[in-house]
Amino acid sequence: MSESKSPAASAAVPSGGAGLSAKQVQMRAVIQSVGMLPVLIILAIAFHYLGDERFLTAQNLSIVAQQASINTVLGAGMTFVILTGGIDLSVGSVLAAAAMAALIASLIPGWGMLGVPAALLTGLLFGLVNGGLIAFGKLPPFIVTLGSLTAVRGLARLMGGDSTIFNPDLPFAFIGNATIKLLPGVSIPMLALIALAVILISWFVLRRTVLGIWIYAVGGNQAAARLSGIKVWRILLFVYAVSGLLAGLGGVMSAARLYAANGLQLGQSYELDAIAAVILGGTSFVGGIGSIWGTLIGALIIAVLSNGLTLLGVSDIWQFIIKGLVIIGAVALDRVRLQGSART
Amino acid sequence: MAETGGPDRAPLLSLRGIGKNYGAVVAVRDVDLDVYPGEVLAICGDNGAGKSSLIKIMSGAQAPSAGTIRLRGAETRFRSPHDALLQGVATIYQDLALAPRLSIAANVFMGAELTRPLGLKFLRVLDRARMADEARAYLRRLSVEIADTRRPVAGLSGGQRQAVAISRALRWDAGIVIMDEPTAALGVKETAQVLDLIRRLKSEGRVVILISHNMADVAALATRVVVMRAGAKVIDRPAEGLTPDDLGHMIITGRDVAQ
Repeated sequence: MSESKSPAASAAVPSGGAGLSAKQVQMRAVIQSVGMLPVLIILAIAFHYLGDERFLTAQNLSIVAQQASINTVLGAGMTFVILTGGIDLSVGSVLAAAAMAALIASLIPGWGMLGVPAALLTGLLFGLVNGGLIAFGKLPPFIVTLGSLTAVRGLARLMGGDSTIFNPDLPFAFIGNATIKLLPGVSIPMLALIALAVILISWFVLRRTVLGIWIYAVGGNQAAARLSGIKVWRILLFVYAVSGLLAGLGGVMSAARLYAANGLQLGQSYELDAIAAVILGGTSFVGGIGSIWGTLIGALIIAVLSNGLTLLGVSDIWQFIIKGLVIIGAVALDRVRLQGSART
Repeated sequence: MAETGGPDRAPLLSLRGIGKNYGAVVAVRDVDLDVYPGEVLAICGDNGAGKSSLIKIMSGAQAPSAGTIRLRGAETRFRSPHDALLQGVATIYQDLALAPRLSIAANVFMGAELTRPLGLKFLRVLDRARMADEARAYLRRLSVEIADTRRPVAGLSGGQRQAVAISRALRWDAGIVIMDEPTAALGVKETAQVLDLIRRLKSEGRVVILISHNMADVAALATRVVVMRAGAKVIDRPAEGLTPDDLGHMIITGRDVAQ
């Protein structure tokens, strides 16, 4: 359909020949690199002035960063998965199970810090199970992780005997509550620092390493990747393991923040916020397109929306409706972007 | 540079007694075939004549049921298309096996990316700048000028995509390039461009093995023609002087027009 105009356009640009004028190419590059950042900035400014200038204060921004942190970590793992053309619906349940493991291990006298590796290992294990079923069982990611969404939720409830586990002397509570002073008057919550570190490491892996470009290749064309000698099963196993591990980290962060975990309630529908952050960030559901910075911006947009709407006194009910519409709008944007950049 | 190879030169690829059967169905029977450097070998035949099966054996996609393959004089076998690629036999598939959403450079170097050390010895990172430059250089060798190889393949024309696929074969320095219907689904101008790409491969001394239903392409390009019929090789002769009509006649009758 859009192919019909390309011969004329490419004739106009013989050297490039991509069916686009130089200006269009430039425009597209700018739009793609900037992504949803303008939306984030406009939202922040709008909330600031609509909300009696209470939004853009050091204290409130620190709260926003903290609120965005767990979703950012889950979104980073989700980015790896969605870049391969997959999906991980189980991250909320895995987070709950990992948080339960963290709390249970933290109650071991004298060895409470074991809660951190216990949660990470729990997450990694479930991620490997997901990845194994998808890579070796050749099962569709949606079905596999829909199953583990339910099964792991049950396991998380089982772990605590279907009750809440408390630990008022949680040895790693600093992870959820400490703030690091950068400058006088400017301090960053530990949770936000962890999220930022996850983003930086993810960026390095995805953009700078061979492993990263293979993740894009698998999402770009799995058959081509296989013919080029890329071990596709390894890449699939890796991305689901990363998503599980980061859901485990999210479990640590959540447990540390709350001093408690509950297998039933914790992490409910977190997978939807994580997916929303990834899609808002411009990573495409079809695989092979996207960036980790986009995910950070997407997670910040979701946190800014929640925080800003609360600040404005918008009811919980309307917050749900508005957030849902924003996600649909973002997916529509994804479709338009794809039509523009990739005519397959 | 090289013209049709003769028996005085050593074959690059040599098949002896190659057979392939799927259960009781015999797809290829007892095929002997020698391919010499600088040749453009066209494999022709009706649908079901066994040319696709033969190509799959040569490209490593399938193992033969019988027979041996020699590459540069040494007996070998291809465990997978990637294994064949590592041994210098590249196959360019009908659907091109490109990832349209990825950049041109990423497609050319897929599975064999360039890296550079990052301070520490053991840590190597992608060398995207060099990949972009070298991808451009490969394309230039094929007379295709693309200034920015970091753009997605999706924006390219059919002919340019073929050039990207061929660049991948060049990146592996493949001595033998197998092309399955390279001009199918292309327009007149793009077909001319692809024929030109094949001539360039030939002029670099590489072997091109071509499957095509387009007799005009075969007549224009091939130095030698092999006709398959019911799984067997029935004709193997120089292509010089053959018209598209002659070729069509040979495929239908299975008899050499010279006889």
